[in-house]
Amino acid sequence: MYELRNVTKLYTRGKETVHALDGVDLTIADGDRLVIQGPTGGGKSTLLQMLGGLDRPTSGEVVLDGTDLAKLSEAKLTGVRSENIGFVFQSFNLIPTLTAQENVETALVPLGVKVKDRRERAAEALRSVGLGERLTHLPSEMSGGQQQRVAIARALVKQPKVLLADEPTGNLDESMRDEIMDVLERMWKEFGLTFIMVTHDSSIAKKAPRLATIRKGKISVKENAGS
Amino acid sequence: MFFTYLRRELRRRRKAALVVASGLALGIALVIVVNSVSSGMGKAQDKVLESLYGLGTDMTVTKAAAAEGSQQERPRFEFDAQDNDSEEEQSSDRVMVQGFQTLASSTVDKVGAQDGVSDAVGGLSLQVIKVSGQFRRGEFQQEGDGGQQGLPGGGMQSPEGRVEGGGAEFDVNNYSVYGTDVTEPALGPLTSSKITSGRTFKSSETNAKVVVADASYAKEKELKVGSTVTVKGTKFEVIGIATPESGDAAANLYVPLKQAQTLSDSKNKVTTIYVKATDSQRIDAVKSAIQKNISGTTVTTSADLADTVSGSLSTASDLASSVGKWLSIAVLVAAFLVAGLLTSSAVSRRVREFGTLKALGWKSGRVTRQVVGEAVVNGLVGGVLGIAVGLAGAYAVTAISPTLEAQLGSTGGGFGGGPGGGGMGGPAAQQASSALEVALTAPVSATTITLAVGLAVAGGLIAGAFGGWRASRLRPADALRRVE
Repeated sequence: MYELRNVTKLYTRGKETVHALDGVDLTIADGDRLVIQGPTGGGKSTLLQMLGGLDRPTSGEVVLDGTDLAKLSEAKLTGVRSENIGFVFQSFNLIPTLTAQENVETALVPLGVKVKDRRERAAEALRSVGLGERLTHLPSEMSGGQQQRVAIARALVKQPKVLLADEPTGNLDESMRDEIMDVLERMWKEFGLTFIMVTHDSSIAKKAPRLATIRKGKISVKENAGS
Repeated sequence: MFFTYLRRELRRRRKAALVVASGLALGIALVIVVNSVSSGMGKAQDKVLESLYGLGTDMTVTKAAAAEGSQQERPRFEFDAQDNDSEEEQSSDRVMVQGFQTLASSTVDKVGAQDGVSDAVGGLSLQVIKVSGQFRRGEFQQEGDGGQQGLPGGGMQSPEGRVEGGGAEFDVNNYSVYGTDVTEPALGPLTSSKITSGRTFKSSETNAKVVVADASYAKEKELKVGSTVTVKGTKFEVIGIATPESGDAAANLYVPLKQAQTLSDSKNKVTTIYVKATDSQRIDAVKSAIQKNISGTTVTTSADLADTVSGSLSTASDLASSVGKWLSIAVLVAAFLVAGLLTSSAVSRRVREFGTLKALGWKSGRVTRQVVGEAVVNGLVGGVLGIAVGLAGAYAVTAISPTLEAQLGSTGGGFGGGPGGGGMGGPAAQQASSALEVALTAPVSATTITLAVGLAVAGGLIAGAFGGWRASRLRPADALRRVE
């Protein structure tokens, strides 16, 4: 469970100070599915980075299961990321020289999983996203949708508590978008994840049970009864 | 994962990897060639010095040059004219101590007793000038009435006429003789030669009338083992022919020391003391001790002698040690710098990759190790290439074997064995004015290869340090934000 208390993040651009997040309070229960929307530069990605322990707030608390991520050492924060949080990025962010299976394995490396076990689990994760036949393919040999499915397999192979997706369909066409959303939704249900996703896509936002909107660093959350 | 990732990355960036490896290879190859050529120069110089000193000699002790005006007497030869029809050849030879003032034989023991001296042996260098030929009287031919024989007399009325016939025809034979201590065969100038025919002296032949001839001199005078050589009326039996290992021989003939002393009327005298130190590191200390404790002596070490070597060997040696060394350092520094900058730039291009790995939970240390690992492998590839090129270069130098000339003693003017000449010891003085030709080799030692491998690893580590430092400072949020 996430609890964000009065989280503020300031950036300095020259002489100007930008409030990327301005006193954000937010609670996300375990197993929740939250979609974050807002204009470009509104603070969506910054909020996702706070939730993922990739960045620290200027002030306030980002509490995950009772631990304030803002106060953890870099090593412990890295540990939290490696064990509990899965990331899916808009640009897939696969390592170009590694095969699909090896890319998925990179998520298990910091956990010290033995090589044989690592390979089996990576192959299984790829099969679960429909890429059982593409284990040895390099990213350059796959379509955008397939690459994003590899990224999803990589995020989920370690069975994290939280899945953070930053515009996961932003680089995909409509058919691919639906395909990826189907996979993500299935995984969310299957693994009981806390799933937080940033998107510009209104059709996706409409289906979310909770919708958060960030404008100029301020957040507003509404429950979507129709979803 | 480490090795898979490393291998794939190097393959992906093989052009950049090749540039880095080539730069390091060039530097390492230069280091190998310069090192091996320098080592070859050192060997060439050792060879030159060996030809002067003989093996195992660390220094020589001589007596300082005599003051001006006290030069030895010039040799004089007196011949009486013989009858015109006489075919008898006249001959006279003079044996002189060559080059330096003599030292008492007891000085050898004094030198040998100095701290740090392992062994000391005396030697006497002689110069023999032999003049032989015919000197006939001329005949007076009187003009007009048939002539009157004889030289113009006093009191008599001088007849008119002229002297015909008569005159002198002489050969001058100049050669060197070296009196050697036959009880110490391991030290002295004869050690630089190899006995190629017959035998060397026995330690019992301290006063025997036996001689070892230098091969060139023996050839010129048609001497063989068993032949007889006469020096100042004393007949010596040739027991061996010695061929110098390099350069010229120290003397034309070698005789037992006592015989040399007798020939030159220098009883219990030596010109040069050959000294071997107990430890090569203590040569300077031994030199100081001898100079301090035995006054009036000049001590010359191999290093002093090496300083007097000039000519192309000296020039090439200077080039190898100065230009070669600095060129190697400059190329290596440039190669390290380029390798570092290219690695750092490669990290900049992989910001998203490393940011993603850090987001996945890779610790900074693991990411840094990956970068350093790639750089070290690059360095090792450069090292292997460099060693191959360096070995080929060294092999080429050895195969071509350029001839270098060593001019000895050109700096001082105190060389060249004439009376009063000072500075270097005994036969060295004779040799000093001559030029020796030495073939240059470039031996590659295990130390050089170890140095090359060390440089390759160091190059990789330095390059890796550049890149690793950048990678370790990368914050995942910044890395991802920069490319989104």
